[in-house]
Amino acid sequence: MGIILFELALTFYFAAALIGLTELFKESKTTSRIAFLSTIVGFALHTVSIVHRYSTAGHLPITNPHEATSFFAWCIVLIFFVLQYRYKVSLLASFIMPIVFLLMLSSSMLSREIKLISPILQSNWLGVHTVFAFLGNAAFALAFGIGLMYLVQERYVKKKHLGSLFGRLPSLQTLDEINYRLITIGFPLLTIAIITGALWAETAWGSYWNWDPRETWSLITWFIYAIILHARLVAGWRGRRAAVLSMIGFVTILIAFFGVKLLKKGLHVFL
Amino acid sequence: MKILVIGLNHRIADVEVRERLAFHGGKLEEGLLRLRELPGIEEAMIISTCNRVELYAHSQDAGKAAESIKSFLAAFHQIDRAALDRSLYVYDDVDAIRHIFRVAASLDSMVVGEPQILGQLKDAFEVALSKKTTGVLLNKLLKKAISVAKRVRTETKIAENAVSVSFAAVELAKKIFTDLSKRVFMLLGAGEMAELAAKHLITNGVKDVLVSNRTYERACDLAREFNGRPVKFDEFINELVRTDIIICSTGAPHYILTKAQMQKVMRERKHRQVFIIDISVPRNIDPAINDLDNVYLYNVDDLQEVVDANMFERRKEAEKAERIIDEEVETFLRWLASLDSVPTIIALRERADEIKREELEKLFGKLQDLGPKEREAIEYMATAITNKLIHPPTAALKGDTENKEQLVAAIRRLYGIDGERDEE
Repeated sequence: MGIILFELALTFYFAAALIGLTELFKESKTTSRIAFLSTIVGFALHTVSIVHRYSTAGHLPITNPHEATSFFAWCIVLIFFVLQYRYKVSLLASFIMPIVFLLMLSSSMLSREIKLISPILQSNWLGVHTVFAFLGNAAFALAFGIGLMYLVQERYVKKKHLGSLFGRLPSLQTLDEINYRLITIGFPLLTIAIITGALWAETAWGSYWNWDPRETWSLITWFIYAIILHARLVAGWRGRRAAVLSMIGFVTILIAFFGVKLLKKGLHVFL
Repeated sequence: MKILVIGLNHRIADVEVRERLAFHGGKLEEGLLRLRELPGIEEAMIISTCNRVELYAHSQDAGKAAESIKSFLAAFHQIDRAALDRSLYVYDDVDAIRHIFRVAASLDSMVVGEPQILGQLKDAFEVALSKKTTGVLLNKLLKKAISVAKRVRTETKIAENAVSVSFAAVELAKKIFTDLSKRVFMLLGAGEMAELAAKHLITNGVKDVLVSNRTYERACDLAREFNGRPVKFDEFINELVRTDIIICSTGAPHYILTKAQMQKVMRERKHRQVFIIDISVPRNIDPAINDLDNVYLYNVDDLQEVVDANMFERRKEAEKAERIIDEEVETFLRWLASLDSVPTIIALRERADEIKREELEKLFGKLQDLGPKEREAIEYMATAITNKLIHPPTAALKGDTENKEQLVAAIRRLYGIDGERDEE
């Protein structure tokens, strides 16, 4: 049952991502509506699958790579909806849904077995730390997509060659502002995640900071977004530089998340 | 029946000829009424704009009608008939229908996709309606043309991108800034194109306007015109810190804004986006300014390139529009064919028989114990009633009347033959 729900969600996200990509070339009201609907359906199924897994396992299903990647994707879609409700950014789905789909696809290829979890994870810190971390990362994922849209639009306007997406992409100022807004949301969430992580580490391992690779990369990520915010407030860095930095920031998140896991070192063994 | 289009447009006649043939003001109504009175013309309409003068007519004999319309035009405008013949096009039937649809959809316009023509066509149609010079056929044709034009506009991107330099400037401003009404705009210098672009920006929401000019009085005049504030020319750089959009068109022979100056301005305004349009020739703004982050500098040639690219897009969309028009011409031809009297006579008879059969079935269903004799008598009576009822319209359809189409359309409507509802 859980597996079916997950696979269905994956299928609907796939449809939304596929339509999103074709819309980069040709858009119509009907296809946009179908894409948005399948995102909604996918998200609903995804939510049910997470709740189902929670009730089966008896703890928050964010304890292995399969669950974590799936939850990450879920958070991105959640923030995507909030953003669309607030700003109605056209073409956003084309830039975001492929990311969501790829995350879900990698999640689907990881082991779905529900194992007995180590005592370290049987803690209230699990929910607090991971939920904040993934919501923050999801905000940054959207900042990545918005940043990419900014770079495309900026290139058109700067090079004076108004490509096919020019008319449909939002204005530079709008994209820049949303990018900034997302980072101001993601940054405190990431900060809280790091602090709660440190507190949890203290109770679990006896020390706040152990310099394991994930901690290090998270700190790098934190610094990158801190620089973006600082440079914007003090020196007025905005536009292309902010967009590029926010994209680099998301790449460090992916390294912290997947790269570190591939090295199979460090204390964050379970994820 | 024949639909006829006789006229000229910007492509085949230059402006002097178009002017001489134009129906201005009161002349339109006068011309329209006289046109309608011509022998053999059953319906008529005239559209006269600065780019085209066209006469639409419905007549049984296209050849004769074309002749008399041409003579009428020559007499009405006092033009030599031979010269007139050279500068007119004549379309009939399918070609005429397609032409009218293309005109309405702005495919025949000088600037393909420009929206004014549809309004002009509607106005011309209104005049014809108020003078009662059109009838069933032209009314249906014009209504269809208007709906075709709307369909083309919603289903293609024919009117989407700016095709003039000043509109291109506005289009770009909208893709740089979120909300033009919150932006500060400065007009630096003056000139026709610059002022036109300024007007477009203001109609698109810009409220905060600064005007600077080498002669301060001129700046004050323009500031009044645009409801803005004049700025002394040697102080304009100070205002750039809060200015988001600049249109520059001064006669200066050198750069009045250098990269170093702009760099300083950008630091002070915390790198908020700036859009600069340099219309001056020679250029007044150092082109290297475009290399600065968040500064977007366009000169006239850049804007012209944008316009050219948009024109190219429009031509591609126009091909889609042509396909829509082909489709709609087909639909209209089908309706036209239905106005033939023979199928109408058949349809009328079928409709009557259908009603008769239904009613008989109902009646016999209720009165089960009727004998075969009574049934026969009732059937006989029903047939007699329907026959008598449809005899006069059938006879009228078979007869030879002048306004056959009108009659056919009326009968089809009165007897509910089509069941087809008009989309308007």
